[in-house]
Amino acid sequence: MREEILNFIEKNSRIDLKEVAVCLGMTEIDVANELAAMESEGIICGYHTLIDWDKVTQERIHALIEVKVSPQRGKGFDEIAERIYKYPEVQSTYLISGGFDLLVFMEGKTLREISSFVSQKLSTLDSVLSTTTHFVLKKYKDHGIVLNSKNEDERMIMTP
Amino acid sequence: MRNPLSQTIVSIKPSGIRKFFDIASERADAISLGVGEPDFDTPWHIRDEGIYSLEKGRTFYTSNSGLMELRNEICNYYRRRFGVSYDPKTETIITVGGSEAIDIAIRAMIDPQDEVIVPQPSYVSYEPCAILAGAKPVIIELKNEDEFRLTAEELEEAITDKTKILVLPFPNNPTGAIMEKEDLEKIAKICIEKDIFVLSDEIYAELSYKGDHVSIASIPGMKERTIVINGFSKAYAMTGWRLGYAMGPAEIITQMTKIHQFAIMCAPTTSQYAAVEALKNGDEDVKKMRTSYNQRRNFLMNAFKEMNLPCFEPFGAFYVFPDIREFGMTSEEFAFAFLDAQNVAVVPGTAFGSSGEGFLRISYAYSLERLKIAMGRLVEFVEELRKRG
Repeated sequence: MREEILNFIEKNSRIDLKEVAVCLGMTEIDVANELAAMESEGIICGYHTLIDWDKVTQERIHALIEVKVSPQRGKGFDEIAERIYKYPEVQSTYLISGGFDLLVFMEGKTLREISSFVSQKLSTLDSVLSTTTHFVLKKYKDHGIVLNSKNEDERMIMTP
Repeated sequence: MRNPLSQTIVSIKPSGIRKFFDIASERADAISLGVGEPDFDTPWHIRDEGIYSLEKGRTFYTSNSGLMELRNEICNYYRRRFGVSYDPKTETIITVGGSEAIDIAIRAMIDPQDEVIVPQPSYVSYEPCAILAGAKPVIIELKNEDEFRLTAEELEEAITDKTKILVLPFPNNPTGAIMEKEDLEKIAKICIEKDIFVLSDEIYAELSYKGDHVSIASIPGMKERTIVINGFSKAYAMTGWRLGYAMGPAEIITQMTKIHQFAIMCAPTTSQYAAVEALKNGDEDVKKMRTSYNQRRNFLMNAFKEMNLPCFEPFGAFYVFPDIREFGMTSEEFAFAFLDAQNVAVVPGTAFGSSGEGFLRISYAYSLERLKIAMGRLVEFVEELRKRG
């Protein structure tokens, strides 16, 4: 039941409880209870809206930063990761296998804002060995959604 | 000049859906719930395999019966999903859509004056195919109170000494009706007793919402008198690839292959390579699409309940078939008035046979958002009609 609810709302968090219940053949109360339980258990961590900011006048710059760090004894990467993800500018932080350790996604209003964050704050952290910053030039697809897709019904009329 | 036309073809009426859509299509802003094909794109890995086959230069004909690899996969699939085993070499043929399979199966089995039993409402091509083959179609009018299933009594009544084939179109377009094992067993008993053959059109088999589809060929004594028809259009959202297949007794498949090789040669090669991928790695896609259709089906059934519009619960395909008899209008009148008043196109039940009178076919091969808007409009329309009394 939980997985059915999660699959249903994953792509559409504008939840109308009744609609979820009807489509999944459950009662509204059951759905509401399950949602509340999953929220408190930290399974559902938030409800977001996917926005193509390029279509809005407000300028936003996104960057992916590769970070090499030296892990600490007994703590591994967790402590340095926490140190980094606590900055509000940082949107997501992943521990990565391969050529570097942490992948940090961040958002800023200008290039200068991001570069000063990287040079002033990130690089100066004790465990950080090096950083490589990639600025996002264009978003084609985000969270499984193709931005700028026309989404027209191209099916033609035919019989039978 | 002499009349260039065959009287047989001239006497066949064009499909009733067409007329309605021609009118609906002139209204640019109309919301259509009329289309009978999936709203999903073919899953990418299947398309990719088609593209790859073109890149590799696989642009030749295949054998008339189709790629051996594909026939193998089809037979594996039917054994795995529906528990019926066929020989890919002698009992399987790949066709251009399920519709070609229907045509050549009837032509391979019919002599002039033979009778073909066609339960209606159903897909519009069985009757003309039977007529073109020289047969006499015998219509059974299925009933709402039986949830549009075929009953043993109806079948017995329709059988004569000339009956050769029973068309069994379940899960059904346009009603969404299914036949469960117990229903099929009664039909099977009569077919064996009266020695008639079954053309089981199982194109919507994967879109069953009350347990797995049961093929009549899996009932003892039936495999030797059944032609099973299926294809990739509905289950894998591959309508434009035009790929279907038929399985049945070798002697019938052999004759079908003869017609196929003269008229068609072979099914499209690109589509056949893509279809191999669909059967090998497509189970998850089918499941996802089925789940999505089922959610929409639940949504529509609830919407009808709330607006007090009677509709039996259909457990197959992607159609619902609500009952509009209370309004004292014909299906066509209702559909046109609804289009006029609310700009929503649905198909009159009569497009699928006269027993569809009093019903509408609503397709849920549309996004939930679109269905929501359309149901909002249907509520308004229905309330307006009731107010006027």
